[in-house]
Amino acid sequence: MTTSGIRRSARLFASALALTPLIAEAGWDQLNLTRGVTPYSETVYDLHMMILWVCVVTGIGVFGAIFYSILKFRKSKGAVAAHWHENTLVEFLWTAVPAVILVVMAIPATKALVMMEDVSKSDMTIKVTGYQWRWRYDYIGEGIHMYSGLARTSDVARQLNSGIDPKSVENYLLEVDNELVLPVGRKIRFLTTASDVIHAWWVPALGWKRDAIPGYINESWALIKEPGVYRGQCAELCGKDHGFMPVVVRALPEAEYKVWVEKTKAEQAAKTAGLAQPATAAVAQAN
Amino acid sequence: MSQAATHHDTHHEAHHATGITRWLTTTNHKDIGTMYLVFSLIMFFIGGSMAMIIRLELFQPGLQFVNPQFFNSMTTMHALVMIFGAVMPAWTGFANWLVPLMIGAPDMALPRLNNWSFWILPFAFTLLLGTLFMPGGAPAGGWTMYPPLVLQTGEAFPFLIFAVHFMGASSIAGAINIIATVFNMRAPGMTLMKLPLFVWTWIITAFLLIASIPVLAGAVTMLLTDKFFGTSFFNAAGGGDPVMFQHIFWFFGHPEVYILILPAFGIASAIIPTFARKPLFGYSSMVYAAASIAFLSFIVWAHHMFTVGMPLAGELFFMYATVLIAVPTGVKVFNWVATMWQGSMTFETPMLFAIAFVVLFTIGGFSGLMLGVTPVDFQYHDTYFVVAHFHYVLVTGAVYALIAGTYFWLPKWTGHMYDEKLGKLHFWLSTISVNVLFFPQHFLGLAGMPRRIPDYAVQFADWNMVSSIGGFVFGASQLLFVWGIVKCARGGEKATAQVWEGAHGLEWTVPSPAPYHTFSEPPDASTIEGGMR
Repeated sequence: MTTSGIRRSARLFASALALTPLIAEAGWDQLNLTRGVTPYSETVYDLHMMILWVCVVTGIGVFGAIFYSILKFRKSKGAVAAHWHENTLVEFLWTAVPAVILVVMAIPATKALVMMEDVSKSDMTIKVTGYQWRWRYDYIGEGIHMYSGLARTSDVARQLNSGIDPKSVENYLLEVDNELVLPVGRKIRFLTTASDVIHAWWVPALGWKRDAIPGYINESWALIKEPGVYRGQCAELCGKDHGFMPVVVRALPEAEYKVWVEKTKAEQAAKTAGLAQPATAAVAQAN
Repeated sequence: MSQAATHHDTHHEAHHATGITRWLTTTNHKDIGTMYLVFSLIMFFIGGSMAMIIRLELFQPGLQFVNPQFFNSMTTMHALVMIFGAVMPAWTGFANWLVPLMIGAPDMALPRLNNWSFWILPFAFTLLLGTLFMPGGAPAGGWTMYPPLVLQTGEAFPFLIFAVHFMGASSIAGAINIIATVFNMRAPGMTLMKLPLFVWTWIITAFLLIASIPVLAGAVTMLLTDKFFGTSFFNAAGGGDPVMFQHIFWFFGHPEVYILILPAFGIASAIIPTFARKPLFGYSSMVYAAASIAFLSFIVWAHHMFTVGMPLAGELFFMYATVLIAVPTGVKVFNWVATMWQGSMTFETPMLFAIAFVVLFTIGGFSGLMLGVTPVDFQYHDTYFVVAHFHYVLVTGAVYALIAGTYFWLPKWTGHMYDEKLGKLHFWLSTISVNVLFFPQHFLGLAGMPRRIPDYAVQFADWNMVSSIGGFVFGASQLLFVWGIVKCARGGEKATAQVWEGAHGLEWTVPSPAPYHTFSEPPDASTIEGGMR
């Protein structure tokens, strides 16, 4: 190798290194699927990694053979072409082996799907209704309901040429006015539907998305294992503000959740009462 | 019959129309092929400009250039223009030029239908692109046209529907013509199992078109009556079913994706043996694999809609059928690799694009396999992971094969060699930038970025910027492609009849450029080894 060649390789290597901090800074969670916080999301993550590795290994084999051929069987190196163009055994093997790998992969995939579709024995039910462009949540049996739309801070910043730097807005586009508060440790059944066009309710940490379709009520479930705030977005194109209807789930420990339910119930009851007697409410507010 | 055709051709040549009349009235497969290819190149740049607007808006978070409604119009129109305007007409253009030359026929079986099927297209796209200037804007509900959203389209709505009808009519006419040509006009001795794979994959594609396009026509007609005539096919409030549209659409839509990619398999199977100087490995298994893929394409449609809430049995069936496609697709990839193995390879531009096609299409195949696994698709669905997947199979798949095929047959079409240095520059710029453009989109999707959004949360900013830079370079690189084609059409080193040392097949037996009329006397194809070579 000539000196200039080495220098060129070194420069190439240096520029490759320069990319590494970008990847490191981005972090694993910006490169790969989340593991999530439900039994289902963990199953999905494991399944995802398994298929990914199957693809990576197959890719190394196939691409390895291609690059080996490119280097080895080139005319400029004096390679002379062989004339064979069939081999029954090889052709049988590369039909049968992938088929067997697929069957092996299908077993855990089937189990995961059976798990996801089993919504029986749930501890509570949340009805999710999609609107252009916000969500409505009904806590079935609790009498609590709320609308949840994009937080004001994000809504101002996301206007065309708003002049506000999105990076200065906390949880830009992933913040709502009313969060969906849920308990940890309970099997929660979700019923999704919509009132206008099709939407899709998605929180990656729960491990799934489900379409919200007018005229349909879809069932799904989640059992959140850890308290925390989990963010997601509408995942089905639903018109101009499709990108601006986030989902925020706040998972609370059972005791805190119960307190929240009682408090919210009381608030909503007061509000309903207030609506029934607007004059009194106005006076009470003035005082 | 053959004598009559010969007589007609000589007569026709004597009174050759000139100027614009020639192109309006031509029934010559080479003229029509050229018109299809030029048309698709124009559409490629119109669709590409829309992609540039999309990547420009996504360059950084916040809205800087367009409003969300226009952004949605851009994603919708980009898809419609690229699928129906760029890739499908390009394949029909290739078929027009090459199928008669490859099977030793004097022209297509139905030349007047051929003229008509091309000339429908400019009208179709005038209707479609005209919607950009209409009140309410261009269609913005996605190219998949899902109701109820698509019914919110403004005045553009009926124009969209009729444009789709026109494109469909054009495709069906083209498909009928290709089937009629291949089944009736093969030279003596050109048996079916000697056909070049490009012809085989096109016959299969033509059957897919005839079977699937009328289904699309039905679906969009139901949309039209729902909107204007008070029907409730897809309106839940009227007893209809919005999910039924998705089933019908994807019953068309999945075969459609193979319509876009099967001829690409044929191109790769023509180019790789030529530059490896070795016969294609597993010719018959290639034919059977293409046919299996085509069959499977009709029973996997619901994998595009796993999240609509199907019964468990349905989800399992569509998962199994979908991952099964990996088997025949794998066979094709392995066959191409085996063709290169122990060959004597050179790396002219067509070969470079063909090898990149095999590698990058396979990456798209891997992500396709991942998407086919239903429980995981509940995460991937409608994210940028899907966007990365279908751009790997359509851009580095279908479009790369189109580019490879263009460089490969350009000397036959123009009679000149293209500029090899320019071709290689085009290849390297495209291949590096296309990966910078689409590979990070896998990361974005996995990290949770939904598709079809004009603005995004700030954690997606880095990879979107990288992707946009790749997009701008890739877009600009395609100007080199046009330059190369124009340069080659205008002059350059004279091409021989065979053009490439390793080229085999009937199209390489006629002079370059191919004369206006070829095979007026059918060649004796019994001596040709055909696709088996």
